[in-house]
Amino acid sequence: MIAFDYIRPADETAALHAATERPGARFIAGGTNLLDLMKLGIERPRYLVDIGALDLREVTETSEGGLRIGALVTNAALAAHPLVRQRYPVLSQAILAGASGQLRNKATTGGNLLQRTRCYFFYDPASPCNKREPGAGCSAIGGFNRIMAILGTSAHCIASHPSDMAVAMRALDARVETRLPDGQTSSRTLEALYRLPGETPHVDHRLAPGELITAVVLPPPPAGRQSYRKVRDRASYAFALVSVAAVVSMREGRITEATLAFGGVGTMPWRNRKAEALLIGQAPSAALFERCADAVLAEATGHGGNDFKIPLLRRTLVASLAKLTGGEP
Amino acid sequence: MSWIEADSGAALTLSVNGMRHDLKLDARVTLLDALREHLQLTGTKKGCDHGQCGACTVLVNGRRINSCLSLAVMHQADEITTIEGLGTAENLHPLQAAFVAKDGFQCGYCTSGQICSAIGMLGEWREGWPSHLGDRADAAPAIDAAEIRERMSGNLCRCAAYPRIVEAIEHYATHEGADA
Amino acid sequence: MTDVSVKMDAPFEQSLLDRSPVPTIGKEIARIDGPRKVSGAARYAAEHFPDGVVHGVLLRAPVGCGRITAVDATAALAMPGVLAVIRDERMIRNAGDFGGDAAPVQGVDEVAYFGQPIGLVVADSLERARAASLCVRVSFESAPGVFDMMAARDSALPPTDDIFGLFLIHTEQGDVERAAGEAKFLVDTIWETPSQNHAAMEPHASVAIWQEGRLTLHGSYQSPVVTRDQLATVMGLPPSQVRVLSPFVGGGFGGKLGVMPEAVAAAIAAQQLGRPVKVVMSRQQVFETTGRRPMTHQRVRLGANRDGRLTLVQHETITDQLEGEVFFEPAGLATHLLYAGENRMVDHKVVRTNKQLAVSMRAPGEAVGLLTLECAMDELAERLGLDPIELRLLNEPETHPEMDVPFSSRALVDCFRQGAARFGWETRNTRPGQMRDGDWLIGQGVAAAARGNLFGPSRVRATIQGDGRVLVETEMTDIGTGTYTILAQIAADLLGMPLEQVEVRLGDTNDPRSAGSGGSWGATTSGSALYAACAELRARLAAAAGVPVEAVTLANGVLTAPGISRPISELVGNGLSVEGATEPGESNQRFNQTSYGAHFCEVRVHAVTGEVRVLRWTSVFAAGRILNLQTAISQAIGGVVFGIGGALTEELVHDPRTGKIVNRDLGEYHVPAHADIPAIDIQFLEERDPVANPLHAKGVGELGVCGAGAAVANAVYNATGVRVRQFPITLDKLLPGLPPVAG
Repeated sequence: MIAFDYIRPADETAALHAATERPGARFIAGGTNLLDLMKLGIERPRYLVDIGALDLREVTETSEGGLRIGALVTNAALAAHPLVRQRYPVLSQAILAGASGQLRNKATTGGNLLQRTRCYFFYDPASPCNKREPGAGCSAIGGFNRIMAILGTSAHCIASHPSDMAVAMRALDARVETRLPDGQTSSRTLEALYRLPGETPHVDHRLAPGELITAVVLPPPPAGRQSYRKVRDRASYAFALVSVAAVVSMREGRITEATLAFGGVGTMPWRNRKAEALLIGQAPSAALFERCADAVLAEATGHGGNDFKIPLLRRTLVASLAKLTGGEP
Repeated sequence: MSWIEADSGAALTLSVNGMRHDLKLDARVTLLDALREHLQLTGTKKGCDHGQCGACTVLVNGRRINSCLSLAVMHQADEITTIEGLGTAENLHPLQAAFVAKDGFQCGYCTSGQICSAIGMLGEWREGWPSHLGDRADAAPAIDAAEIRERMSGNLCRCAAYPRIVEAIEHYATHEGADA
Repeated sequence: MTDVSVKMDAPFEQSLLDRSPVPTIGKEIARIDGPRKVSGAARYAAEHFPDGVVHGVLLRAPVGCGRITAVDATAALAMPGVLAVIRDERMIRNAGDFGGDAAPVQGVDEVAYFGQPIGLVVADSLERARAASLCVRVSFESAPGVFDMMAARDSALPPTDDIFGLFLIHTEQGDVERAAGEAKFLVDTIWETPSQNHAAMEPHASVAIWQEGRLTLHGSYQSPVVTRDQLATVMGLPPSQVRVLSPFVGGGFGGKLGVMPEAVAAAIAAQQLGRPVKVVMSRQQVFETTGRRPMTHQRVRLGANRDGRLTLVQHETITDQLEGEVFFEPAGLATHLLYAGENRMVDHKVVRTNKQLAVSMRAPGEAVGLLTLECAMDELAERLGLDPIELRLLNEPETHPEMDVPFSSRALVDCFRQGAARFGWETRNTRPGQMRDGDWLIGQGVAAAARGNLFGPSRVRATIQGDGRVLVETEMTDIGTGTYTILAQIAADLLGMPLEQVEVRLGDTNDPRSAGSGGSWGATTSGSALYAACAELRARLAAAAGVPVEAVTLANGVLTAPGISRPISELVGNGLSVEGATEPGESNQRFNQTSYGAHFCEVRVHAVTGEVRVLRWTSVFAAGRILNLQTAISQAIGGVVFGIGGALTEELVHDPRTGKIVNRDLGEYHVPAHADIPAIDIQFLEERDPVANPLHAKGVGELGVCGAGAAVANAVYNATGVRVRQFPITLDKLLPGLPPVAG
């Protein structure tokens, strides 16, 4: 860990001020990913603004019937929150499928969204990595890439996004609220929060310097059934190889609404609206689910070691849809 | 509120096992290293230093966390409980005694983390927190082995005392859980 | 000085352990070191704080083969609190191994593998040392290395050393090719097993202290005396001027046998700076710079007659190792003796690669050799249409199939029979891929366990103090194996003392030299040395009481004999001390000594995703007398779980382009977690082995891992009909063979 100046402001205004005062400052909340990376010299912030004392730990109902989740609500508290369990079970399930009890007690909602990839090569300063060092090259392409992404990749980076929580939030159309150093607030979807790697894989997201995530807002709960299915190498305490968040609503034997998001396969929490649209108005069937999987995987690319994620995602998606629509595949 | 400059000693107070300790620490010192290197409370172990093994688990305000992934300076308002705060070799906490009776360890290096984690985990269970296995804590009368396994998976044990750790926790939860 | 010794040239018929009036041996006795471990009071290597101690962080080579041309420490040395950036040719490049007092390969310029230590940054705090290590700039010239063993298989050559004759490089009898041609049933299979890391929970750590030219090292070592001797050689000191202390070791599994780079670096730095230095490896460094179980490529060819009798047993292994190092993975070890069969061949070859040192890891040889042999047996049983247990029983040899020696004891058949009954083997699925429970495919598998037992030199001092308390001292370690407790039990039973009256001190090279923890012989060798010491103490007590030793009973601190009853404390004056020793004798050659077992496993495999979950487990073992049933069961469980991890999740991946370890942390090197492991049912059969030692006990620590992975693999095959021959069996390898999702 390279030495840093440290401050623990008491409120948002002071935190934003501190971040402006020392350009390049990074916010730290749970620290479960940032400190991990700092010890390895992968992250080297000169200034840390500890936002742990900020009043962002509430989960409240919005006037629209949704939920506003404070950025500092821990993953554990969010997963255990009665309203989340009742109305957004896919989110509770996704969080509980991730990390460990200890980590979930520390990791926060805002921090989880901004966690960085678990790519083996990103995690080792001795390996070339465009995400860590722009222009250095990508060691995962042509290397051991079992855990890497098959969707949203570029010639410069195939690192997968590791979050489970964010996958469920993407399926729920969550919006991320922020405050900028000038006090302005903004709200954006997860799609607008994240960036695809393209030619600049070192930039994970679109937050401005000093912009602070204050909350995640969930719209009113979707109709229908929800599920999060995670496939991993251990029974617990491992990152997703593939995960599927699905919310499906049926009426009179036909699918009326469907949202699907995927983890472990994309360079960001993945969603494919065309694939969702294929389901609408249709009666559930194995053939339909296969067509949906075709659409999700239309642009998927394997890199050798992760080729299996293509059939694995297909099978997991088809089985999830079959379960949610009540029919056996 | 003011900046603590890089690589300077910051005066801070940590409350550990009911005792207040005044320390002067580099802001980089993790809670784990503060306990081990500065307070010489070495019962809390460093197994990976990256939140991937659970050996460093301590209770902060009753909640289990990985002390390796937290800075000491972030915990001045907190009450920290380590293995040393649960019981001593001469006067074991009932869960520690259950670990001895069931042989819930071999080399002993992950053990403090397993025990602190179990204390925190049972608290979460009593509060009705769900797990990856589902939303059962409110309904089930007592925690079972499957729930213990899932909820304790953040604590690796290479000696693989797992089945006996589960037995020790189950025994404690059934017979002594009310003491915790 | 040794007072008494026991040499095993012939069976030791009468063990005093059978005559204890109040025996603790054989019972489930809680660990005497338990309260210290569960309360955090046990102090491990890094938990020593000598005055003025400073912190060192190892620097790593950022290239897999080549030469370090420059190390620019200017920026690091300018950082506050940084005391030195040390590059000293005495530093060791390769990890040490269990191989005598020679120094491991030294030097900081030549690079033989990626991540090898090339220096040490020392600062007044861990934080400052670690930050400075990130600011050292290393320049290098890269040379072509060999990083991909499988690709370099053609360069494999026979190993250069047979490790004291224990690792047979090549054996052959009969006519293998002819037998293959004539066999009615032939299974000819190729298997791959990956490199693995021991991944003990305690990272390697050392605190080095110099005082008046003498070096004291608190280290995490399985054999402190081997570490001391190697460290003394490295430092150019007589061993008597070096003391290594390892009273608590946070797991070893073979990964802490010889001296490791952090100890040497700490010793050099402490010498140079004139103050104590602590060096704790990061988890990443443990993965990169200690040892590993090497990968293997194995061919197993089995031939059988129509009746199921083996006519051919052939096992050829290619493994990898650094140039110039002697250890190799003897995967054929158990193949020599497990089954009958006239035509046999076992062979080992080594590819020289640029990867960190290959060393022993829990059951070197059997752990990966039985994994493949016992899967091949499963395949053969299916070809023959035989129950896999039946095939094994048909091929039970009466004497060692390759050497003209008897087995000292061998209860493999009983292990299978009793295990089958406990597990409910008769209700198993007999049609692969056909038993289903909802989304899950269910299957069962079985495999044999076997692990060699040896007797070696070890010393223990036993003292009955003036107050009647007993003190047992030896350099032997307890790495979780139960040594503290087992030695206390032996002393308590043989000297008639309550367990609480016995104190055991371990892991200090100032105490009598032991065989160390490794090769499953720690308890039996140190226990036998203690036995010898206690037998002599009994004789001295009898003499002091004026009665013949045969007439004496010792119990509850009192010596009784016809007409006499005296507290033992009254017979010892200021204390009686005896050093006992063991010496290997002819019994090691005259008999084959092996512990045996049978594993039974039930798995479920998710029909959609291929996720494997172990549902149920039974293992039955026969390992001579069990000294402490509680710690023995724990050791057995631990071994079984090692086997499960090896079968399903563990794979240390070296990048074939650079030699760098790809997954060098516990997040991506997957040892089993709680949720992966069900209840494990363990039974030990009643057995005594008088050939082995005076305790009549054989080794337990490594037995559990032997064959366990094969039981898992056979169960996975039984569940899915998919045979995976490249371990670990991760879900990606099962996917192509799973039933369609929609259908």
